[in-house]
Amino acid sequence: MLRIECPWCGVRNEDEFSYGGDATVERPADDASQDDWYDYVYTRANPAGRHREYWHHINGCRAWLTVERDTMTHEIFSTEPTSASLPQPQRKTGSL
Amino acid sequence: MSQQYRTGSGGQIDRKKPIRFTFDGKSYSGYAGDTLASALLANGVHLLGRSFKYHRPRGIQTAGSEEPNAIVELREGARKEPNTRATCIELFDGLVANSQNRWPSLAFDVMAVNNLFSPLLSAGFYYKTFMWPVSFWTNVYEHVIRRAAGLGTASTAADPDFYEQCHEHCDVLIVGAGPTGLAAALAAAETGARVVLVDENPLAGGSLNSENHEVAGMPGDDWAAQVAAQLQSMENVHLLLRTTLFGYYDHNVVAAIEKVSDHLPVPPKGHPRQRMWTFYPRRVVIAAGATERPLVFGNNDKPGIMLASAARAYVNRYGVKPGRRAIVATNNNDAYRTALDLHRAGVTIAAVVDSRAHPEAPLAAELAKHSIRLITGRTIGAAEGRQHVTRALIVSTQGETIDPERIDCDLIACSGGWNPNVHLHSQSGAKPVYDDAILSFVPGQSRQAEVSAGAAGGSFALRECLKQGRAAGIDAARQAGFKADKASPVIKAHDDGAYAIEALWISPTPYNKPYKQFVDQQNDVKASDVALASQEGYDSVELLKRYTTQGMATDQGKTSNVNALAILACQRGEPVPQVGITTFRPPYVPVAMGVFAGHTVGAEFMPVRRTAIHDWNAKQGAVFIEAGLWLRARYYPQKPGDTMNDCYLREAEATRNNVALVDVSTLGKIDLQGPDAAEFLNRLYINNWLKLPIGKARYGIMLREDGMVFDDGTTSRLGENHYFMTTTTANAAPVLAHMERYHQVEWPELDVVLCSVTEQWTGIAVAGPNSRILLEKVIDIDISNEAFPFMAVGDCQMNNIPGRLFRISFSGELAYELNVPADYGEQAWTELLEAGKELGVAVYGTEALGTMRIEKGHVAGSELDGRTTAQDLGLEGMANREKHFIGKQNSLLPALLDEGRLQVVGLKSLEPGRNLRIGAHLVDPNVQIGSVSPSQGHVTTTTYSPQLGYGIALGLLRDGRSRYGEQIEAVFPLDDEKLRVEICHPVFIDPEGELVRG
Ligand SMILES: [Zn+2]
Repeated sequence: MLRIECPWCGVRNEDEFSYGGDATVERPADDASQDDWYDYVYTRANPAGRHREYWHHINGCRAWLTVERDTMTHEIFSTEPTSASLPQPQRKTGSL
Repeated sequence: MSQQYRTGSGGQIDRKKPIRFTFDGKSYSGYAGDTLASALLANGVHLLGRSFKYHRPRGIQTAGSEEPNAIVELREGARKEPNTRATCIELFDGLVANSQNRWPSLAFDVMAVNNLFSPLLSAGFYYKTFMWPVSFWTNVYEHVIRRAAGLGTASTAADPDFYEQCHEHCDVLIVGAGPTGLAAALAAAETGARVVLVDENPLAGGSLNSENHEVAGMPGDDWAAQVAAQLQSMENVHLLLRTTLFGYYDHNVVAAIEKVSDHLPVPPKGHPRQRMWTFYPRRVVIAAGATERPLVFGNNDKPGIMLASAARAYVNRYGVKPGRRAIVATNNNDAYRTALDLHRAGVTIAAVVDSRAHPEAPLAAELAKHSIRLITGRTIGAAEGRQHVTRALIVSTQGETIDPERIDCDLIACSGGWNPNVHLHSQSGAKPVYDDAILSFVPGQSRQAEVSAGAAGGSFALRECLKQGRAAGIDAARQAGFKADKASPVIKAHDDGAYAIEALWISPTPYNKPYKQFVDQQNDVKASDVALASQEGYDSVELLKRYTTQGMATDQGKTSNVNALAILACQRGEPVPQVGITTFRPPYVPVAMGVFAGHTVGAEFMPVRRTAIHDWNAKQGAVFIEAGLWLRARYYPQKPGDTMNDCYLREAEATRNNVALVDVSTLGKIDLQGPDAAEFLNRLYINNWLKLPIGKARYGIMLREDGMVFDDGTTSRLGENHYFMTTTTANAAPVLAHMERYHQVEWPELDVVLCSVTEQWTGIAVAGPNSRILLEKVIDIDISNEAFPFMAVGDCQMNNIPGRLFRISFSGELAYELNVPADYGEQAWTELLEAGKELGVAVYGTEALGTMRIEKGHVAGSELDGRTTAQDLGLEGMANREKHFIGKQNSLLPALLDEGRLQVVGLKSLEPGRNLRIGAHLVDPNVQIGSVSPSQGHVTTTTYSPQLGYGIALGLLRDGRSRYGEQIEAVFPLDDEKLRVEICHPVFIDPEGELVRG
């Protein structure tokens, strides 16, 4: 059971979230080549270690989050909102 | 004579409370405080079951949850539970247990002939013996093996009890309430930390209940009871007995099972049978103790052969003599206590056989004091006896013994050393390491917030356990943020001697005869199987486990793992640490599926969503169908005996010829607002949204990034910056998550907000040629064709109810959809029915809805199966390729444009009175590969069309759109059905859509 700290809601169980895949993959520009679009959908690295990925707090505040997680140990290093241009949380410190 | 093996006094049993129970139909008595195992031993019953493969007689090996042999079927009827360990079953009045894996009876088991055919059942027998021919697998082997090898049988009746799940946060969780755990709990609790202490036994104290130790100046068991009472009285301590921690998961989350009512005949009213706990501790102290391992000698599985610690537990804790004449065999100091305790209780000790040439002098002196014979440098080579051990053959540990000494006995208490219980430590992601001093694995570097203390950490002496427990408790509390300034003093205890051991992994056999030397008794894995696996190249730990099945039974090899590893190491001529250790995985003990399900069974399996019109539907006797979590009215019987066919045909006809209402509240509804809402929709849908006027709806298709169709529905523009989207019922939640992702992750620059309003609106479709006449009676706006044409949208009042009216149609008839706030849902529905009475308005359910959508060729969930493109569905004309939209580029991948893709078609039954079947395959009977006509596609949805008078369907067919008019066969091999059908355009009626625009 992963414990993920939602910047808005605090530390919650993994089952409140749904996994959203690799956050290091960038969506190509509208006019990018078909190869780029193909890679965007089908080509993934499978890194062992630190990895950035999306999680959706789907049974919570509905925020999409970027989580940095070690794929070997499941240690979570950070959890951030996906975009700086959306409203930002007032993060409380020291919550469990 | 009853309980003839009971000691005269002593033990933690209540001799004033006799308990009656039956085993294999025979009635016995025991006492409160007994386990089934101790009560059977008190009655001289040692034979409890037959082994897994060879059906050898098996007895009781342990006194705890590590038991591999003494597994029985407990209770009868719906509560019957197979594979329960007699050593863990607390005796209750009227308990019924039966031995398992025997036929026809325990004493005479026909399958014991497997014992003679054992070469067939050796290591890897699953893989080797039954390779060929393939048909033998299903016809012969499977059948025979099922009967020959196996465990108990489960009840097929529904479980009458309930289970529950709890969550608890704490500062310090302590696993095990033995001396270490109690000391840890006391020390941690006194700092004010919230402490949870769990133990699988009904009593706190662990080994103190089975030993003659003294702690803090009193008998160890009394001290344990006193400390447990003290802890129980503290507000910051939660002591859970009968609770086994079975899983250590990521992020320091651990799970335990509490056997709330297993020790009672039936759970008390309102109480669960078992309870699952999920704990979120800041720190964990593993004080789970250690497990003794048996010695590996010939016939070491005979009833009457048990662990030295188990013999001690039976005599000390339960007041039971597990035999009358015992041999104690050991390679370490610990088992000497067994000899002394048994001797004190009046059991004759025929000999203590120590494989070490020079045991420590004080041990020998203590035996001499009681005139107990000590044999050194020797061990048991083999046991003899049929259904019970009668004799041991003593051999030298060095080389061949020509003439082994034979010693008569009815009990062999053996000890091959102690294994710290590193299971939870290993589950937490850490790697145990081998310790040469104790010849076993001890915890390595911690990976999570856990520490092992006492025997679980490899320190077996009582004083050391108390000291380490206290230190670990204080340390854990400190790390959880508590001050330990007034920590409790060290608890005094007597010196129970230092532990010392010399390796003896496998005994030489007398005369070098091929005796069966069992390593894993539950899975019948012998030392020779380990050797064979190694010879055949399966010599890594993980391969050994899978090839021999060692450690894979319900006991997870608790008593056998280290012996198997060491024997493998001997085979490979390498030290044990070189061979490594398998990773332990949850659960530590078997856990019933029921407790994982908890309350989510039956009606509570999933939440139920009901529309605002549900109660009205139910009152009308509507038959419901589950659509995701929703309950939707499927059809409305009007008189007794009305079948589904009667109903949906009547309902569809009323819609096509007159007017009818259907509850469409379950469609997903999403409200979008903001200046960029149109741009957002434009990127989401394949078609154009920038020029949709206010007061208009449009049908849209959205793709996934891979180019497949994701969902469809209508979206309306309600105001300058206000849009209202509908999705399919099934995709309401996924579409919202999809939109939120693009809104938050990819296009945060778009100024738009989205909100699900599915629950807020009741949707009522009013369909049929008379729908306008009906609505005109109650709606305050002009809905003439000129003022409110097809795809018009507007606010309205229906009588006094505020609403929105949409001129959209799923049935293909002139139709409207009225949305009202959900609180007005039933009122609006009944007022519409009232207003339509003189027209003869009807209601229809999802069955008629489905029929009419097939007649109109509308694709739905069964065609939008995640593998179809807009082109496959004939909808590619909607795409505006001048703009960008999700899935645009990948929808043009060559494979998605290839010839030979499955395309939506209509299908007509050519055989009167016969309908198509969902899932039937479309084949050309003239094209065959071997005896099979390859599938060219399949039927996705079917109905009988009342309008057309024959069976119709939609299907996905290879290159279907170019094959209209062709005939093909729809086959359903499961029922050996074949049907001639004609391929046609998917829109069966009103292809020009004149009705909806009329
Ligand atoms: Zn949240």
